[in-house]
Amino acid sequence: MSVVLNNISVQFGVRPALSGVSARLQPGTVTGIIGPNGAGKTTLLRAALGLQSLSGGQVEVLGKALADWPRAALARTMAYLPQGGEARWPMPVEEVVLLGRLPHRGFGKPSLQDKLAVADALERCDAGDFARRRMDELSAGERARVLFARALANGASVLFADEPAAYLDPSHQLRLMDLLREEARRGTAVAVTLHDLSLAARHCDRILVLQNGRLIADGAPSEALADTTLAEVFRIARAPDSFGLGAFRRL
Amino acid sequence: MDATNVSMFQAERFSRGALWIAALAVLAAGFALASFLIGAADYPASDLLTGLITGKGAAGLIAQEIRLPRAALALIVGAALGGSGAALQGLFVNPLAEPGVTGVTASAGLGAVVAMYFGLAATTPWTLPAFAIAGALVAAAILYALSKSGAGAVALVLAGVAIGSFATALTALALSFSANPYAMSEMVLWMLGSLKDRTLNDVVYALPLSVVGLGLLASTGRGLDGLTLGEEAARSLGINVAVVRGRVVVGVALATGAATAAAGAVSFVGLVVPHLLRPLFGYQPSRLIFPSMLGGAAMVSAADVALRLIAPDGQLLLGVVTALLGAPFFLWLILRLRREP
Repeated sequence: MSVVLNNISVQFGVRPALSGVSARLQPGTVTGIIGPNGAGKTTLLRAALGLQSLSGGQVEVLGKALADWPRAALARTMAYLPQGGEARWPMPVEEVVLLGRLPHRGFGKPSLQDKLAVADALERCDAGDFARRRMDELSAGERARVLFARALANGASVLFADEPAAYLDPSHQLRLMDLLREEARRGTAVAVTLHDLSLAARHCDRILVLQNGRLIADGAPSEALADTTLAEVFRIARAPDSFGLGAFRRL
Repeated sequence: MDATNVSMFQAERFSRGALWIAALAVLAAGFALASFLIGAADYPASDLLTGLITGKGAAGLIAQEIRLPRAALALIVGAALGGSGAALQGLFVNPLAEPGVTGVTASAGLGAVVAMYFGLAATTPWTLPAFAIAGALVAAAILYALSKSGAGAVALVLAGVAIGSFATALTALALSFSANPYAMSEMVLWMLGSLKDRTLNDVVYALPLSVVGLGLLASTGRGLDGLTLGEEAARSLGINVAVVRGRVVVGVALATGAATAAAGAVSFVGLVVPHLLRPLFGYQPSRLIFPSMLGGAAMVSAADVALRLIAPDGQLLLGVVTALLGAPFFLWLILRLRREP
Protein backbone atom coordinates (compact mmCIF):
# COMPACT_ATOMS: atom_id res chain seq x y z
CA MET A 1 0.00 0.00 0.00
CA SER A 2 1.49 3.34 -1.02
CA VAL A 3 -0.47 5.80 1.09
CA VAL A 4 -2.87 4.99 3.90
CA LEU A 5 -5.11 7.69 5.33
CA ASN A 6 -6.40 6.52 8.66
CA ASN A 7 -9.42 8.44 9.89
CA ILE A 8 -7.82 11.85 9.22
CA SER A 9 -9.44 15.12 10.25
CA VAL A 10 -8.35 18.68 9.53
CA GLN A 11 -9.73 21.77 11.21
CA PHE A 12 -9.52 25.33 9.80
CA GLY A 13 -10.34 27.38 12.85
CA VAL A 14 -13.77 26.16 13.91
CA ARG A 15 -14.65 24.84 10.46
CA PRO A 16 -13.89 21.16 9.85
CA ALA A 17 -12.21 20.83 6.44
CA LEU A 18 -11.88 17.04 6.63
CA SER A 19 -13.78 14.80 9.02
CA GLY A 20 -12.62 11.25 9.61
CA VAL A 21 -11.53 10.37 6.08
CA SER A 22 -9.99 6.92 5.58
CA ALA A 23 -8.66 5.77 2.24
CA ARG A 24 -5.87 3.67 0.77
CA LEU A 25 -3.98 4.59 -2.36
CA GLN A 26 -2.52 1.58 -4.12
CA PRO A 27 0.57 1.43 -6.32
CA GLY A 28 -0.26 1.14 -9.99
CA THR A 29 -3.65 2.80 -9.78
CA VAL A 30 -5.03 6.19 -10.73
CA THR A 31 -7.34 7.52 -8.03
CA GLY A 32 -9.58 10.41 -8.92
CA ILE A 33 -10.72 12.73 -6.13
CA ILE A 34 -13.91 14.59 -6.97
CA GLY A 35 -16.36 16.78 -5.13
CA PRO A 36 -17.92 20.22 -5.30
CA ASN A 37 -15.86 23.36 -4.59
CA GLY A 38 -14.79 23.47 -0.97
CA ALA A 39 -15.35 19.74 -0.43
CA GLY A 40 -11.80 19.26 0.89
CA LYS A 41 -10.09 17.76 -2.18
CA THR A 42 -6.99 19.94 -1.98
CA THR A 43 -6.88 19.62 1.80
CA LEU A 44 -6.92 15.84 1.44
CA LEU A 45 -3.90 15.92 -0.87
CA ARG A 46 -2.05 18.40 1.34
CA ALA A 47 -2.77 16.34 4.45
CA ALA A 48 -1.46 13.18 2.76
CA LEU A 49 1.71 15.06 1.76
CA GLY A 50 2.32 16.37 5.27
CA LEU A 51 1.82 19.98 4.14
CA GLN A 52 -1.23 20.30 6.37
CA SER A 53 -1.25 19.47 10.06
CA LEU A 54 -3.95 17.06 11.15
CA SER A 55 -6.36 17.51 14.01
CA GLY A 56 -6.85 13.75 14.12
CA GLY A 57 -5.87 10.48 12.46
CA GLN A 58 -2.62 9.32 10.87
CA VAL A 59 -1.05 9.14 7.43
CA GLU A 60 1.24 6.30 6.43
CA VAL A 61 3.46 6.41 3.36
CA LEU A 62 5.00 3.14 2.19
CA GLY A 63 4.25 1.58 5.54
CA LYS A 64 5.91 4.30 7.58
CA ALA A 65 4.15 7.06 9.53
CA LEU A 66 4.47 10.45 7.80
CA ALA A 67 6.09 12.02 10.86
CA ASP A 68 8.93 9.45 10.73
CA TRP A 69 9.94 10.37 7.19
CA PRO A 70 12.98 12.63 6.79
CA ARG A 71 12.02 15.67 4.72
CA ALA A 72 14.39 14.92 1.82
CA ALA A 73 13.47 11.24 1.54
CA LEU A 74 9.77 12.09 1.53
CA ALA A 75 10.34 14.64 -1.26
CA ARG A 76 11.94 11.91 -3.38
CA THR A 77 9.00 9.59 -2.69
CA MET A 78 6.05 11.91 -3.21
CA ALA A 79 5.73 14.42 -6.04
CA TYR A 80 3.07 17.13 -5.88
CA LEU A 81 1.69 19.48 -8.49
CA PRO A 82 -0.27 22.19 -6.66
CA GLN A 83 -3.29 23.81 -8.22
CA GLY A 84 -2.66 26.76 -10.52
CA GLY A 85 1.09 26.54 -9.93
CA GLU A 86 3.39 29.00 -11.62
CA ALA A 87 7.08 29.41 -12.22
CA ARG A 88 7.24 33.01 -11.22
CA TRP A 89 10.48 34.07 -12.93
CA PRO A 90 10.50 33.82 -16.73
CA MET A 91 12.95 30.91 -16.67
CA PRO A 92 13.67 28.59 -19.60
CA VAL A 93 11.29 25.60 -19.64
CA GLU A 94 14.13 23.13 -19.20
CA GLU A 95 15.27 24.77 -15.96
CA VAL A 96 11.75 24.77 -14.55
CA VAL A 97 11.50 21.03 -15.13
CA LEU A 98 14.95 20.57 -13.62
CA LEU A 99 13.57 22.06 -10.38
CA GLY A 100 11.59 18.82 -10.07
CA ARG A 101 14.93 17.09 -9.55
CA LEU A 102 15.83 19.25 -6.53
CA PRO A 103 15.13 16.44 -4.04
CA HIS A 104 17.75 14.32 -5.84
CA ARG A 105 20.37 17.01 -6.23
CA GLY A 106 22.95 18.76 -4.12
CA PHE A 107 24.50 22.07 -4.98
CA GLY A 108 26.45 20.96 -8.02
CA LYS A 109 25.65 20.60 -11.67
CA PRO A 110 22.80 18.27 -12.66
CA SER A 111 23.87 14.66 -13.16
CA LEU A 112 23.28 12.70 -16.36
CA GLN A 113 20.36 11.01 -14.62
CA ASP A 114 18.80 14.39 -13.82
CA LYS A 115 19.17 15.52 -17.42
CA LEU A 116 17.67 12.31 -18.76
CA ALA A 117 14.74 12.56 -16.36
CA VAL A 118 14.12 16.15 -17.51
CA ALA A 119 14.31 15.29 -21.21
CA ASP A 120 12.04 12.27 -20.68
CA ALA A 121 9.46 14.23 -18.70
CA LEU A 122 9.41 17.01 -21.31
CA GLU A 123 8.97 14.47 -24.09
CA ARG A 124 6.15 12.69 -22.29
CA CYS A 125 4.29 15.94 -21.71
CA ASP A 126 4.63 16.86 -25.36
CA ALA A 127 6.71 19.87 -24.32
CA GLY A 128 10.04 18.91 -25.89
CA ASP A 129 9.51 21.37 -28.71
CA PHE A 130 9.63 24.37 -26.44
CA ALA A 131 12.24 23.10 -23.99
CA ARG A 132 14.44 26.14 -24.55
CA ARG A 133 11.74 28.76 -24.65
CA ARG A 134 11.00 30.93 -21.65
CA MET A 135 7.92 30.40 -19.51
CA ASP A 136 6.55 33.88 -20.29
CA GLU A 137 6.52 33.06 -23.98
CA LEU A 138 4.11 30.12 -23.54
CA SER A 139 0.34 29.88 -23.38
CA ALA A 140 -1.39 28.91 -20.12
CA GLY A 141 -1.92 25.38 -21.39
CA GLU A 142 1.71 25.00 -22.43
CA ARG A 143 2.86 26.27 -19.06
CA ALA A 144 0.56 23.77 -17.37
CA ARG A 145 2.23 20.98 -19.34
CA VAL A 146 5.68 22.20 -18.34
CA LEU A 147 4.69 22.29 -14.68
CA PHE A 148 3.28 18.79 -14.98
CA ALA A 149 6.59 17.69 -16.51
CA ARG A 150 8.29 19.25 -13.47
CA ALA A 151 6.27 16.95 -11.18
CA LEU A 152 6.95 13.90 -13.40
CA ALA A 153 10.69 14.59 -13.50
CA ASN A 154 10.93 13.77 -9.80
CA GLY A 155 10.35 10.09 -10.60
CA ALA A 156 8.57 9.64 -7.27
CA SER A 157 6.57 6.52 -6.43
CA VAL A 158 3.56 8.61 -5.35
CA LEU A 159 2.27 11.38 -7.60
CA PHE A 160 -0.38 13.88 -6.48
CA ALA A 161 -1.79 16.46 -8.86
CA ASP A 162 -4.35 19.11 -7.95
CA GLU A 163 -6.55 20.05 -10.91
CA PRO A 164 -3.92 19.29 -13.56
CA ALA A 165 -6.56 19.28 -16.29
CA ALA A 166 -7.52 22.94 -15.81
CA TYR A 167 -6.25 25.15 -18.69
CA LEU A 168 -5.72 22.14 -20.97
CA ASP A 169 -7.48 21.75 -24.29
CA PRO A 170 -9.58 18.55 -24.70
CA SER A 171 -6.83 16.76 -26.59
CA HIS A 172 -4.21 17.52 -23.95
CA GLN A 173 -6.66 16.61 -21.19
CA LEU A 174 -6.90 13.15 -22.68
CA ARG A 175 -3.17 13.03 -23.14
CA LEU A 176 -2.76 14.00 -19.48
CA MET A 177 -5.01 11.15 -18.40
CA ASP A 178 -3.01 8.75 -20.60
CA LEU A 179 0.15 10.04 -18.95
CA LEU A 180 -1.27 9.43 -15.50
CA ARG A 181 -2.24 5.92 -16.57
CA GLU A 182 1.23 5.29 -17.99
CA GLU A 183 2.75 6.57 -14.75
CA ALA A 184 0.53 4.15 -12.82
CA ARG A 185 1.65 1.27 -15.05
CA ARG A 186 5.18 1.93 -13.82
CA GLY A 187 3.92 1.19 -10.33
CA THR A 188 3.30 4.74 -9.19
CA ALA A 189 0.32 5.48 -6.96
CA VAL A 190 -1.37 8.41 -8.68
CA ALA A 191 -4.02 10.61 -7.06
CA VAL A 192 -5.55 13.49 -8.92
CA THR A 193 -8.37 15.94 -8.22
CA LEU A 194 -10.67 16.57 -11.16
CA HIS A 195 -13.75 18.60 -11.89
CA ASP A 196 -14.59 16.84 -15.15
CA LEU A 197 -16.68 13.85 -14.12
CA SER A 198 -16.56 12.14 -17.53
CA LEU A 199 -12.78 12.41 -17.54
CA ALA A 200 -12.68 10.97 -14.04
CA ALA A 201 -15.13 8.19 -14.85
CA ARG A 202 -13.32 7.07 -17.95
CA HIS A 203 -9.70 7.29 -16.87
CA CYS A 204 -9.52 6.58 -13.15
CA ASP A 205 -9.39 3.12 -11.62
CA ARG A 206 -10.95 4.37 -8.48
CA ILE A 207 -12.84 7.44 -7.38
CA LEU A 208 -13.15 9.13 -4.02
CA VAL A 209 -16.13 11.45 -3.70
CA LEU A 210 -15.87 14.17 -1.05
CA GLN A 211 -18.57 16.44 0.25
CA ASN A 212 -18.15 18.94 3.09
CA GLY A 213 -14.98 17.19 4.23
CA ARG A 214 -16.55 13.74 4.40
CA LEU A 215 -15.85 10.78 2.18
CA ILE A 216 -19.20 9.98 0.53
CA ALA A 217 -18.15 7.25 -1.85
CA ASP A 218 -15.01 5.24 -2.56
CA GLY A 219 -14.83 2.64 -5.30
CA ALA A 220 -14.72 1.90 -8.99
CA PRO A 221 -16.13 4.74 -11.14
CA SER A 222 -19.37 2.84 -11.82
CA GLU A 223 -20.08 2.51 -8.09
CA ALA A 224 -18.69 5.83 -6.89
CA LEU A 225 -20.47 7.81 -9.56
CA ALA A 226 -23.83 6.15 -9.06
CA ASP A 227 -26.86 8.27 -9.87
CA THR A 228 -27.76 8.65 -6.21
CA THR A 229 -24.30 10.01 -5.37
CA LEU A 230 -24.38 12.46 -8.27
CA ALA A 231 -27.78 13.70 -7.21
CA GLU A 232 -26.81 14.01 -3.57
CA VAL A 233 -23.34 15.53 -3.93
CA PHE A 234 -23.44 17.53 -7.14
CA ARG A 235 -27.19 17.94 -7.60
CA ILE A 236 -26.91 16.78 -11.21
CA ALA A 237 -28.16 13.83 -13.24
CA ARG A 238 -27.02 12.13 -16.41
CA ALA A 239 -28.69 13.65 -19.46
CA PRO A 240 -29.14 11.67 -22.64
CA ASP A 241 -27.44 13.48 -25.50
CA SER A 242 -27.15 12.73 -29.17
CA PHE A 243 -23.36 13.14 -29.22
CA GLY A 244 -22.79 10.46 -26.60
CA LEU A 245 -20.33 12.78 -24.79
CA GLY A 246 -21.62 11.88 -21.36
CA ALA A 247 -23.53 15.06 -20.61
CA PHE A 248 -25.11 16.03 -17.31
CA ARG A 249 -28.00 18.29 -16.45
CA ARG A 250 -28.61 20.26 -13.27
CA LEU A 251 -31.24 19.06 -10.89
CA MET B 1 15.12 17.10 -27.77
CA ASP B 2 17.45 14.28 -26.79
CA ALA B 3 19.75 13.89 -23.86
CA THR B 4 22.93 14.89 -25.71
CA ASN B 5 21.35 18.20 -26.61
CA VAL B 6 20.42 18.78 -23.01
CA SER B 7 23.88 18.08 -21.72
CA MET B 8 25.53 20.24 -24.37
CA PHE B 9 23.18 23.08 -23.56
CA GLN B 10 23.96 22.88 -19.88
CA ALA B 11 27.70 22.46 -20.25
CA GLU B 12 27.89 25.48 -22.50
CA ARG B 13 25.81 27.48 -20.07
CA PHE B 14 28.00 26.54 -17.14
CA SER B 15 31.32 27.54 -18.69
CA ARG B 16 29.84 30.81 -19.88
CA GLY B 17 28.69 31.53 -16.34
CA ALA B 18 32.18 30.81 -15.01
CA LEU B 19 33.66 33.22 -17.56
CA TRP B 20 31.28 35.99 -16.59
CA ILE B 21 32.07 35.43 -12.91
CA ALA B 22 35.78 35.80 -13.69
CA ALA B 23 35.05 38.95 -15.69
CA LEU B 24 33.06 40.44 -12.80
CA ALA B 25 35.87 39.62 -10.36
CA VAL B 26 38.41 41.33 -12.62
CA LEU B 27 36.10 44.33 -12.99
CA ALA B 28 35.65 44.66 -9.23
CA ALA B 29 39.40 44.30 -8.59
CA GLY B 30 40.14 46.86 -11.33
CA PHE B 31 37.80 49.48 -9.91
CA ALA B 32 39.09 48.82 -6.39
CA LEU B 33 42.65 49.37 -7.64
CA ALA B 34 41.57 52.59 -9.38
CA SER B 35 39.86 53.69 -6.18
CA PHE B 36 43.11 52.99 -4.31
CA LEU B 37 45.23 54.96 -6.78
CA ILE B 38 42.97 58.02 -7.20
CA GLY B 39 42.62 60.54 -4.41
CA ALA B 40 43.07 64.06 -3.11
CA ALA B 41 46.80 63.61 -2.46
CA ASP B 42 48.51 63.15 -5.81
CA TYR B 43 51.06 60.36 -5.36
CA PRO B 44 52.37 58.15 -8.18
CA ALA B 45 51.00 54.63 -8.27
CA SER B 46 54.40 53.07 -7.53
CA ASP B 47 54.82 55.11 -4.32
CA LEU B 48 51.36 54.13 -3.13
CA LEU B 49 51.87 50.43 -3.88
CA THR B 50 55.28 50.25 -2.18
CA GLY B 51 53.86 52.38 0.61
CA LEU B 52 51.05 49.88 1.06
CA ILE B 53 53.59 47.14 1.81
CA THR B 54 56.23 49.09 3.73
CA GLY B 55 53.95 51.66 5.36
CA LYS B 56 56.84 54.15 5.26
CA GLY B 57 56.56 57.86 4.58
CA ALA B 58 53.57 59.99 3.77
CA ALA B 59 52.63 57.79 0.80
CA GLY B 60 52.72 54.72 3.02
CA LEU B 61 50.53 56.40 5.61
CA ILE B 62 47.99 57.47 3.00
CA ALA B 63 48.06 54.06 1.34
CA GLN B 64 47.52 52.09 4.53
CA GLU B 65 45.35 54.41 6.57
CA ILE B 66 43.14 56.12 3.96
CA ARG B 67 43.17 54.48 0.55
CA LEU B 68 43.21 50.82 1.59
CA PRO B 69 40.22 51.04 3.99
CA ARG B 70 38.29 53.04 1.41
CA ALA B 71 38.91 50.62 -1.48
CA ALA B 72 38.32 47.57 0.74
CA LEU B 73 35.08 49.00 2.16
CA ALA B 74 33.81 49.81 -1.33
CA LEU B 75 34.24 46.13 -2.22
CA ILE B 76 32.72 44.86 1.06
CA VAL B 77 29.75 47.25 1.03
CA GLY B 78 29.06 46.54 -2.63
CA ALA B 79 29.21 42.77 -2.17
CA ALA B 80 26.96 42.94 0.90
CA LEU B 81 24.34 45.08 -0.83
CA GLY B 82 24.46 43.22 -4.15
CA GLY B 83 24.14 39.81 -2.46
CA SER B 84 21.34 41.05 -0.19
CA GLY B 85 19.44 42.42 -3.17
CA ALA B 86 19.70 39.15 -5.10
CA ALA B 87 18.53 37.10 -2.09
CA LEU B 88 15.60 39.42 -1.31
CA GLN B 89 14.52 39.39 -4.94
CA GLY B 90 14.67 35.61 -4.86
CA LEU B 91 12.65 35.39 -1.64
CA PHE B 92 9.90 37.71 -2.84
CA VAL B 93 10.18 36.57 -6.48
CA ASN B 94 10.09 40.27 -7.19
CA PRO B 95 12.68 42.34 -9.06
CA LEU B 96 11.82 45.42 -6.96
CA ALA B 97 12.96 43.91 -3.64
CA GLU B 98 16.21 45.38 -2.37
CA PRO B 99 17.60 46.44 1.03
CA GLY B 100 17.21 50.17 0.23
CA VAL B 101 13.74 50.00 -1.28
CA THR B 102 12.46 47.74 1.50
CA GLY B 103 13.70 50.09 4.22
CA VAL B 104 16.35 47.74 5.64
CA THR B 105 19.23 50.19 5.04
CA ALA B 106 17.31 53.10 6.54
CA SER B 107 16.60 51.02 9.67
CA ALA B 108 20.24 49.94 9.86
CA GLY B 109 21.20 53.62 9.56
CA LEU B 110 18.90 54.43 12.47
CA GLY B 111 20.60 51.78 14.58
CA ALA B 112 24.03 53.15 13.68
CA VAL B 113 23.02 56.74 14.46
CA VAL B 114 21.60 55.75 17.85
CA ALA B 115 24.85 53.95 18.69
CA MET B 116 27.06 56.83 17.48
CA TYR B 117 25.35 59.89 18.85
CA PHE B 118 24.53 58.55 22.26
CA GLY B 119 28.11 57.63 22.89
CA LEU B 120 27.46 53.89 22.87
CA ALA B 121 29.76 53.28 19.92
CA ALA B 122 32.72 54.56 21.93
CA THR B 123 32.51 51.62 24.37
CA THR B 124 33.61 48.85 21.99
CA PRO B 125 34.16 48.87 18.21
CA TRP B 126 31.44 46.22 17.79
CA THR B 127 28.65 48.33 19.28
CA LEU B 128 28.13 50.37 16.10
CA PRO B 129 27.63 47.39 13.77
CA ALA B 130 25.61 45.57 16.45
CA PHE B 131 23.11 48.45 16.60
CA ALA B 132 23.01 48.75 12.81
CA ILE B 133 22.35 45.01 12.50
CA ALA B 134 19.66 45.22 15.17
CA GLY B 135 18.01 48.04 13.20
CA ALA B 136 18.23 46.03 9.99
CA LEU B 137 16.80 42.97 11.76
CA VAL B 138 13.68 44.88 12.80
CA ALA B 139 12.99 45.89 9.18
CA ALA B 140 13.90 42.41 7.92
CA ALA B 141 11.54 40.82 10.45
CA ILE B 142 8.69 42.90 9.05
CA LEU B 143 9.71 41.66 5.60
CA TYR B 144 9.67 38.10 6.92
CA ALA B 145 6.07 38.53 8.03
CA LEU B 146 5.23 40.06 4.64
CA SER B 147 6.78 37.19 2.71
CA LYS B 148 4.95 34.70 4.92
CA SER B 149 1.62 36.28 4.12
CA GLY B 150 2.49 36.11 0.42
CA ALA B 151 2.64 39.88 -0.11
CA GLY B 152 2.72 41.04 -3.70
CA ALA B 153 5.03 43.59 -5.32
CA VAL B 154 2.90 46.60 -4.39
CA ALA B 155 2.53 45.65 -0.72
CA LEU B 156 6.28 45.06 -0.48
CA VAL B 157 7.25 48.42 -1.95
CA LEU B 158 4.64 50.31 0.10
CA ALA B 159 5.80 48.60 3.27
CA GLY B 160 9.35 49.58 2.30
CA VAL B 161 8.32 53.22 1.93
CA ALA B 162 6.66 53.15 5.36
CA ILE B 163 9.58 51.41 7.08
CA GLY B 164 12.11 53.70 5.38
CA SER B 165 10.27 56.94 6.18
CA PHE B 166 9.71 55.91 9.77
CA ALA B 167 13.36 54.99 10.24
CA THR B 168 14.50 58.26 8.63
CA ALA B 169 12.16 60.27 10.87
CA LEU B 170 13.45 58.46 13.95
CA THR B 171 17.02 59.08 12.77
CA ALA B 172 16.29 62.82 12.53
CA LEU B 173 14.66 62.73 15.96
CA ALA B 174 17.63 60.92 17.49
CA LEU B 175 20.06 63.40 15.95
CA SER B 176 18.11 66.42 17.18
CA PHE B 177 18.44 65.10 20.74
CA SER B 178 22.14 64.48 20.36
CA ALA B 179 24.65 66.72 22.17
CA ASN B 180 26.90 66.86 19.10
CA PRO B 181 26.50 70.27 17.37
CA TYR B 182 27.43 68.80 13.97
CA ALA B 183 24.92 66.00 14.29
CA MET B 184 22.38 67.42 11.86
CA SER B 185 24.93 67.97 9.12
CA GLU B 186 26.32 64.50 9.64
CA MET B 187 22.87 63.06 9.24
CA VAL B 188 23.14 63.65 5.51
CA LEU B 189 26.18 61.39 5.56
CA TRP B 190 24.14 58.59 7.12
CA MET B 191 21.18 59.00 4.88
CA LEU B 192 23.11 59.11 1.63
CA GLY B 193 26.12 57.01 2.47
CA SER B 194 29.78 57.83 2.17
CA LEU B 195 33.15 56.12 2.32
CA LYS B 196 34.95 59.26 3.47
CA ASP B 197 37.27 59.12 6.47
CA ARG B 198 36.89 55.39 7.07
CA THR B 199 39.63 53.56 8.92
CA LEU B 200 40.87 49.99 9.08
CA ASN B 201 38.75 49.64 12.25
CA ASP B 202 35.67 49.79 10.05
CA VAL B 203 37.06 47.04 7.84
CA VAL B 204 37.75 44.92 10.91
CA TYR B 205 34.06 44.57 11.77
CA ALA B 206 32.51 45.01 8.32
CA LEU B 207 34.47 42.21 6.67
CA PRO B 208 33.69 39.28 9.02
CA LEU B 209 30.04 40.30 9.53
CA SER B 210 29.45 40.67 5.80
CA VAL B 211 31.15 37.36 5.10
CA VAL B 212 28.92 35.56 7.62
CA GLY B 213 25.79 37.29 6.27
CA LEU B 214 26.67 36.60 2.65
CA GLY B 215 27.54 33.00 3.53
CA LEU B 216 24.05 32.56 4.97
CA LEU B 217 22.53 34.10 1.84
CA ALA B 218 24.60 31.88 -0.45
CA SER B 219 23.34 28.81 1.43
CA THR B 220 19.73 29.66 0.52
CA GLY B 221 20.21 29.39 -3.26
CA ARG B 222 18.67 25.94 -3.62
CA GLY B 223 15.69 26.82 -1.43
CA LEU B 224 15.06 30.06 -3.30
CA ASP B 225 15.15 28.13 -6.58
CA GLY B 226 12.42 25.86 -5.22
CA LEU B 227 10.39 28.86 -4.08
CA THR B 228 10.12 30.09 -7.66
CA LEU B 229 7.45 27.37 -8.03
CA GLY B 230 5.52 28.75 -5.06
CA GLU B 231 5.59 27.81 -1.40
CA GLU B 232 3.51 24.61 -1.65
CA ALA B 233 5.58 23.15 -4.46
CA ALA B 234 8.80 24.16 -2.69
CA ARG B 235 7.72 22.36 0.48
CA SER B 236 6.80 19.27 -1.51
CA LEU B 237 10.33 19.36 -2.98
CA GLY B 238 11.68 18.94 0.54
CA ILE B 239 12.60 22.57 1.15
CA ASN B 240 12.17 23.90 4.65
CA VAL B 241 10.66 27.22 3.63
CA ALA B 242 10.74 28.71 7.15
CA VAL B 243 14.49 28.03 7.40
CA VAL B 244 15.14 29.57 3.98
CA ARG B 245 13.18 32.70 4.97
CA GLY B 246 14.94 32.91 8.31
CA ARG B 247 18.38 32.64 6.69
CA VAL B 248 17.58 35.32 4.12
CA VAL B 249 16.31 37.67 6.83
CA VAL B 250 19.28 37.15 9.16
CA GLY B 251 21.78 37.15 6.28
CA VAL B 252 20.40 40.39 4.84
CA ALA B 253 20.36 41.99 8.29
CA LEU B 254 24.00 40.99 8.95
CA ALA B 255 25.35 42.02 5.54
CA THR B 256 23.29 45.20 5.14
CA GLY B 257 23.73 46.14 8.81
CA ALA B 258 27.53 45.81 8.59
CA ALA B 259 27.63 47.70 5.27
CA THR B 260 25.45 50.50 6.61
CA ALA B 261 27.46 50.81 9.82
CA ALA B 262 30.56 51.32 7.67
CA ALA B 263 29.20 53.47 4.85
CA GLY B 264 25.73 54.75 5.74
CA ALA B 265 22.62 54.05 3.70
CA VAL B 266 23.77 53.35 0.15
CA SER B 267 20.69 52.47 -1.86
CA PHE B 268 19.78 50.89 -5.17
CA VAL B 269 22.92 48.74 -5.52
CA GLY B 270 20.95 45.60 -4.66
CA LEU B 271 18.25 46.61 -7.13
CA VAL B 272 20.37 47.38 -10.17
CA VAL B 273 23.02 44.67 -9.96
CA PRO B 274 20.89 41.48 -9.99
CA HIS B 275 18.78 42.92 -12.76
CA LEU B 276 21.78 43.69 -14.94
CA LEU B 277 23.19 40.21 -14.32
CA ARG B 278 20.02 38.24 -15.14
CA PRO B 279 20.61 38.21 -18.91
CA LEU B 280 24.08 36.78 -18.23
CA PHE B 281 23.30 34.21 -15.52
CA GLY B 282 19.61 33.42 -15.89
CA TYR B 283 16.72 33.97 -13.51
CA GLN B 284 17.39 31.22 -11.00
CA PRO B 285 18.20 32.84 -7.62
CA SER B 286 20.96 30.30 -6.91
CA ARG B 287 22.85 31.44 -10.01
CA LEU B 288 22.54 35.12 -9.16
CA ILE B 289 23.53 35.45 -5.51
CA PHE B 290 27.29 35.03 -5.87
CA PRO B 291 27.62 37.01 -9.14
CA SER B 292 25.55 39.81 -7.56
CA MET B 293 28.10 40.05 -4.74
CA LEU B 294 30.89 40.55 -7.29
CA GLY B 295 28.73 42.87 -9.38
CA GLY B 296 27.82 44.94 -6.32
CA ALA B 297 31.49 45.20 -5.35
CA ALA B 298 32.31 46.39 -8.88
CA MET B 299 29.44 48.88 -8.91
CA VAL B 300 30.22 50.52 -5.56
CA SER B 301 33.95 50.69 -6.37
CA ALA B 302 33.11 52.23 -9.74
CA ALA B 303 30.76 54.74 -8.10
CA ASP B 304 33.51 55.61 -5.61
CA VAL B 305 35.98 56.23 -8.43
CA ALA B 306 33.40 58.21 -10.39
CA LEU B 307 32.51 60.55 -7.54
CA ARG B 308 36.18 61.37 -6.95
CA LEU B 309 36.68 62.12 -10.62
CA ILE B 310 33.55 64.31 -10.72
CA ALA B 311 34.19 66.13 -7.45
CA PRO B 312 37.79 65.70 -6.24
CA ASP B 313 37.09 67.94 -3.23
CA GLY B 314 35.13 65.09 -1.62
CA GLN B 315 31.83 66.93 -1.43
CA LEU B 316 29.90 64.38 -3.49
CA LEU B 317 28.54 61.43 -1.49
CA LEU B 318 28.55 57.80 -2.58
CA GLY B 319 24.80 57.35 -2.07
CA VAL B 320 24.15 60.32 -4.37
CA VAL B 321 25.90 58.57 -7.24
CA THR B 322 24.16 55.20 -6.66
CA ALA B 323 20.77 56.90 -6.30
CA LEU B 324 21.35 58.98 -9.45
CA LEU B 325 21.87 55.74 -11.33
CA GLY B 326 19.43 53.60 -9.36
CA ALA B 327 16.31 55.71 -8.92
CA PRO B 328 15.58 56.26 -12.65
CA PHE B 329 16.31 52.57 -13.12
CA PHE B 330 13.76 51.72 -10.39
CA LEU B 331 11.11 53.79 -12.17
CA TRP B 332 11.92 52.15 -15.48
CA LEU B 333 11.55 48.71 -13.82
CA ILE B 334 8.14 49.65 -12.40
CA LEU B 335 6.97 50.86 -15.80
CA ARG B 336 8.16 47.65 -17.40
CA LEU B 337 6.51 45.48 -14.75
CA ARG B 338 3.23 47.29 -15.26
CA ARG B 339 3.27 46.49 -18.92
CA GLU B 340 3.86 42.80 -18.31
CA PRO B 341 0.85 40.84 -17.06
